[in-house]
Amino acid sequence: MTIEELRKIAETEREAEKRYQHRVCVCTAAGCLSSGGDHVLDAIRKEVAESGMKNEVLVKGVGCMGLCSAGPLVSVETEGKMFANVTPEEAPDVVGSLDTGAGGPQECPTNVPFFERQKKIVLENCGKIDPERIEDYIAHDGYLALVHTIAERSPQEVIQEIIRSGLRGRGGAGYPTGLKWSTVAKTGEQEKFVICNADEGDPGAFMDRAVLESDPHRVLEGMAIAAYAVGAQKGFLYVRAEYPLAVKNLKTAIRQADRLGLLGNSICGSRFSFHVDIRLGAGAFVCGEETALIASIEGKRGTPRPRPPYPAESGLWDSPTLINNVETFANVAPILRNGAAWFAGIGTEKSKGTKVFALAGRVTNTGLIEVPMGITLREVVNEIGGGIPDGKKCKAVQTGGPSGGCIPEKHMDLPVDYESLKSIGSMMGSGGMIVMDETSCMVDVAKYFMEFCMSESCGKCIPCRAGTQQMHGILARITAGEGTPADLALLEELCDLVRNTSLCGLGQGAPTPVLTTMQYFRGEYDAHVAGECPAGVCAGVHRGGEEVAK
Amino acid sequence: MTKSTVRVKTLTIDGREVGAREDQTILDVARENDIFIPTLCDLPGLSTVGACRLCLIELKGSPRLLPACVTRVAEGMEVIANSERLDRYRHGILELLFAERNHVCSVCVVNGHCDLQSLALKLGMTHVHFPYQYPSLPVDASHERFVVDHNRCILCTRCVRVCDEIEGAHTWDVMARGVECRVITDLAQPWGKSESCTGCGKCVQVCPTGALSEKGKSVAEMSKRRQFLPYLTLMREGRK
Repeated sequence: MTIEELRKIAETEREAEKRYQHRVCVCTAAGCLSSGGDHVLDAIRKEVAESGMKNEVLVKGVGCMGLCSAGPLVSVETEGKMFANVTPEEAPDVVGSLDTGAGGPQECPTNVPFFERQKKIVLENCGKIDPERIEDYIAHDGYLALVHTIAERSPQEVIQEIIRSGLRGRGGAGYPTGLKWSTVAKTGEQEKFVICNADEGDPGAFMDRAVLESDPHRVLEGMAIAAYAVGAQKGFLYVRAEYPLAVKNLKTAIRQADRLGLLGNSICGSRFSFHVDIRLGAGAFVCGEETALIASIEGKRGTPRPRPPYPAESGLWDSPTLINNVETFANVAPILRNGAAWFAGIGTEKSKGTKVFALAGRVTNTGLIEVPMGITLREVVNEIGGGIPDGKKCKAVQTGGPSGGCIPEKHMDLPVDYESLKSIGSMMGSGGMIVMDETSCMVDVAKYFMEFCMSESCGKCIPCRAGTQQMHGILARITAGEGTPADLALLEELCDLVRNTSLCGLGQGAPTPVLTTMQYFRGEYDAHVAGECPAGVCAGVHRGGEEVAK
Repeated sequence: MTKSTVRVKTLTIDGREVGAREDQTILDVARENDIFIPTLCDLPGLSTVGACRLCLIELKGSPRLLPACVTRVAEGMEVIANSERLDRYRHGILELLFAERNHVCSVCVVNGHCDLQSLALKLGMTHVHFPYQYPSLPVDASHERFVVDHNRCILCTRCVRVCDEIEGAHTWDVMARGVECRVITDLAQPWGKSESCTGCGKCVQVCPTGALSEKGKSVAEMSKRRQFLPYLTLMREGRK
């Protein structure tokens, strides 16, 4: 594959699309699929065929458009219109609206902050391209970065470009990506691996799923560029088995890229070869931890091991291994296409680019959003999220999943970046963002996350295995109205113990939801111990002297 | 140019200056110099896993605590192996272990010869201030010579490692997650029905508690014989 050949494929594809007067995109990613997106797609296709408009209307299944709460979504690209909550019965209305320009099902305005306040880099193709066709990706500048890189740049130059861009790991910890790449590259000439961590497991988080389902080639391209930069020959995509559509689309994508010579042996006629395989996770949250993930790929029990040695030095089968998150890889191609300076111009001083969040909870617009780093939480919740429904007040925002913390309303004007979130006890995390209003009980929230950590602890180290059980027991007692002030002291002691002595991030992060809720909502804990659940959530705890019905 | 292929480092542990080979761990050096660092999952001759977290030490300049059993020495390192903070954590971890399953020393076959018990003694533990969990756990006495009592297991995985690394049978492994974890033989079959078990008994001898014991032993009658382990490891290393 040469640059000319690639451009030709892109040109042919664009020409073919232009021949249609109307382009109708139907979301068939997991969110809309669950509300019947596939049936809507079939119905619209059938309607177009029956009304003899096959040569005028292109109907394609695309990935996530973001506003999952209004699914299934249908967008008419050529008219710039979007329809929400479309049913298969409304297919004639959709098709009928094309020529007349009027009518159609419930329209979803696209000139609202939800769409306008976003900045899309990772999700730029999501909801636009057909994830099952490599040509569509190529027509949107896909694989341009890879082909140019192999032809024109040395691995060292690629790494320097990534370093200059300021890209940091999107898995949560925010380790500088360029630094990680350069460490793996420095290990010399030997067998090396590139792993894409797609074992997304935080409750309520689905950023990686959306990218893999909607734009799988972007991740493969990022992995191939990374492999070229660090000198790896083999890559693994570790995807959780609960994402069947992502796995299916990835398999298709790998086959297509192989066929076009964009993956496989001597890519683009160079000496660089890169093969990618998929490995399925069997449902263990801890396998998102890099050393546990590596053990799982090796066919062993998925338990973490102490670091150092870090995977960059000794990873998969003891070889140097580069392991990055889906979203990190998805940022690579745009950086190389548009230059490091462009990327570094977005975001804050230390956190560059954008971050994808799965916005969920008590907020009007739920779904997938991509925002520039540095935007405030208040802007995300009130503008993009459309505020809290039913006239309720925002109480807290939870970021970072079970290892993250609850940020109280008073800190909502903080910018979203790695350092700011850390400074108030939470973390960026992989991108889960749960909004809570007055009806949420913070002790109950802490109990929920602790239960998650307890059942997902791998059981290897004692503080995490037995400590999370003890903490959960205390929280269960408190929410059942049986807590004592001594329990709160014991809980604090356990938080300190588990955080500082656990082997991996799961245990070290497990106390964070408790610590942040105790720090910012101490009053609620005290109220529970005194026999009252202020939010009225905890059954068995009195509310204003009256027992809440169980 | 130096002719020696061995690199040596000097460091301090609890203020004492000590010398070490560069491939040694902090725990190795501490033991050589009679500096006490508590351990449970570690056993010389087996691979290290850093699971029990009792050997955590403080390192000057590092905010994190590091497990001495897997942390290599480095030039100029200042190790704090015993401090009030570490003592507090070590007590906490031991108490978590005692509260997790049903450790009743008075009726245990290894009473007086138990690593867990003697460590509690050495660290001066007086009581457990976490609620006891009292899980309901089985005892498997299907093997003709040995018994596994899950009530006394601390999941150190010494049995798993000795069976895999020294005996080469890999009869033992761990199943499930979190507090539900159990050591199992083969695919969670009764030990007596295990086809891979050679009956060598190494697992019983390396077990730090009374979880694995020989049949026919009563309270305090079972003591473990581990002399074979350094010898076997040495023989293996020599053959390489």
